[in-house]
Amino acid sequence: MLGSIYAMVGVALTLSIGILKFLNFSIPGLFMIGGMVTWFLIRSGVGWPIAALGALALAAAAALVVERFTWRWMRAAQEFVPLVSSMAFLILFENLAVGYWGSDLKSVPPVFGSSDLRIDNLVISVPQLFGLGCSIVLIWSLSLLLTRTAIGRALRTIAEDSDTALLLGVDVTRIVPLVFIISGLFAAFAGVLFAINYRQVHPFMGDALGLKGISAMVVGGMGNVWGAIAGGLIIGLAESFSISYIGADFVDITVYGLLLLILIVKPTGLFGDAAIGARA
Amino acid sequence: MSGYVEGVLIVLAINIVYAYGAFLPIAAGQLNLGVAGFAAIGGYVAAFLSNKVALSPLAAIPLGGFAAGLIGLAVAIPVLRTRGIYLALATFALGEIVRASILNLEVVGGAAGYPVTAFIGLPTIGLFAVGIIALVWLLFAMRFGIAITAVHDDERVADLMGLNVRAFQIAAFTLGAMIAGVGGGLYAHAFNYIEAQYFSISLSISIVLYVLLGGTQSVLGPLLGATVFTLLPEILRSGAQWRYVLFAVILIVVMVLRPQGLVTGGQFRRFFGGRSNAERAEQAA
Repeated sequence: MLGSIYAMVGVALTLSIGILKFLNFSIPGLFMIGGMVTWFLIRSGVGWPIAALGALALAAAAALVVERFTWRWMRAAQEFVPLVSSMAFLILFENLAVGYWGSDLKSVPPVFGSSDLRIDNLVISVPQLFGLGCSIVLIWSLSLLLTRTAIGRALRTIAEDSDTALLLGVDVTRIVPLVFIISGLFAAFAGVLFAINYRQVHPFMGDALGLKGISAMVVGGMGNVWGAIAGGLIIGLAESFSISYIGADFVDITVYGLLLLILIVKPTGLFGDAAIGARA
Repeated sequence: MSGYVEGVLIVLAINIVYAYGAFLPIAAGQLNLGVAGFAAIGGYVAAFLSNKVALSPLAAIPLGGFAAGLIGLAVAIPVLRTRGIYLALATFALGEIVRASILNLEVVGGAAGYPVTAFIGLPTIGLFAVGIIALVWLLFAMRFGIAITAVHDDERVADLMGLNVRAFQIAAFTLGAMIAGVGGGLYAHAFNYIEAQYFSISLSISIVLYVLLGGTQSVLGPLLGATVFTLLPEILRSGAQWRYVLFAVILIVVMVLRPQGLVTGGQFRRFFGGRSNAERAEQAA
């Protein structure tokens, strides 16, 4: 299950890298917004579907603000600049959350009542099933959007070369905010899933997860949507295996060792250099 | 001097040392997100040497830096095969591996942290910081600095001009690791205690932010960036918990208005009536 949350965050990151060549460090912050706002709205007495929608809407708005201050200034500046600004946004989001809600762990009430489905001896948790279903549907629609629609074609052109896209009549500055919104929604949705599955949120919940999301993205191949999903599952499995066979203390060594190894041996990731354009 | 001011100045001096550790690779066009890992190696080696071998901190800290430099050199060779964002991520993974390994190293206390008996005060730490600034200044006054700048600006052209691009990249990375290691050693002896969690990715990111905010084109950039970044939260302390929010906003605004950082080399040379970059390059060639 954690694997599919890594995968969603990985997809959010990989969209930004694949299309805009921009590692958006604010995505862990958007993940946190997804989780914390869901908690806040449920606590204020709103039903969970509306809470989730509210969280997604706020994250999309935040993603637009990030776009205004990062990518828009990228072309004129050094490559580090949008990276730094997006890190600043991460600090900003996290500390705004601390300012409003305090830095302690908050628990989210269960939203699915009695949440286990039993088929003989097999116990399936309903929120997990729900989460898995939603992520599959979302990623499938993203892939259709990228391959079948005019917007998708425009995005793939930008991925190849944004200057050429501009020459070919793609309104780059109007379509790029869409990338930010979509990747923001993916990150925030992962946050919502995290909140209703693990039922615990806090302002810095995005940090560790964002780092695992980055690993998922790299392992699968940057810019490759399906690669990010496979990467997320691989990272999730690597964690589980190293907990069972080597010991819980060595989880980080295993995961980051895998990341380093792949970067050195095959930096384009396990699933090759398939940019968004080639195989979305 | 009050204890508070002394404490702030110690942190400032250590942050300046860290900043120069990140500055050298950045000046050569490599974003090192594993600075904290090298600081950890330097800190733990220095602490171990002064605890177990009873070396004076004055000898242990440079040796710690040397150890960090050695490991930096060993990993620079495979890691520098990657570039751009891949390099940044590889160094990030490296830093996390170092941190996670120390967490499991019982000789130096593992997760419980490692107490350090020897102590150094502000004067010694200040001298180390001044020494590091002088060293980097000297490096950049020599051919090394011009070569590093050339590699940063355009690897291919630097290569065509007969520079050994890879050697300079490895040198910048290794020297940066060494300086970061010295910073870690200073930290260990200033606070008499180190723990692996301190050397996390957040530390690396803050250090890199010092350099990027201050400016990557001038030797004074890291000094200014580290100073502003260390002192600003202290000055804003009246705003209590909102100071980081304000701090992030300032960072975003600076990046929009002055993406090259607060100071650039050209500015200084123009201000002091020196020669322009073009003239320097001409002379070097």
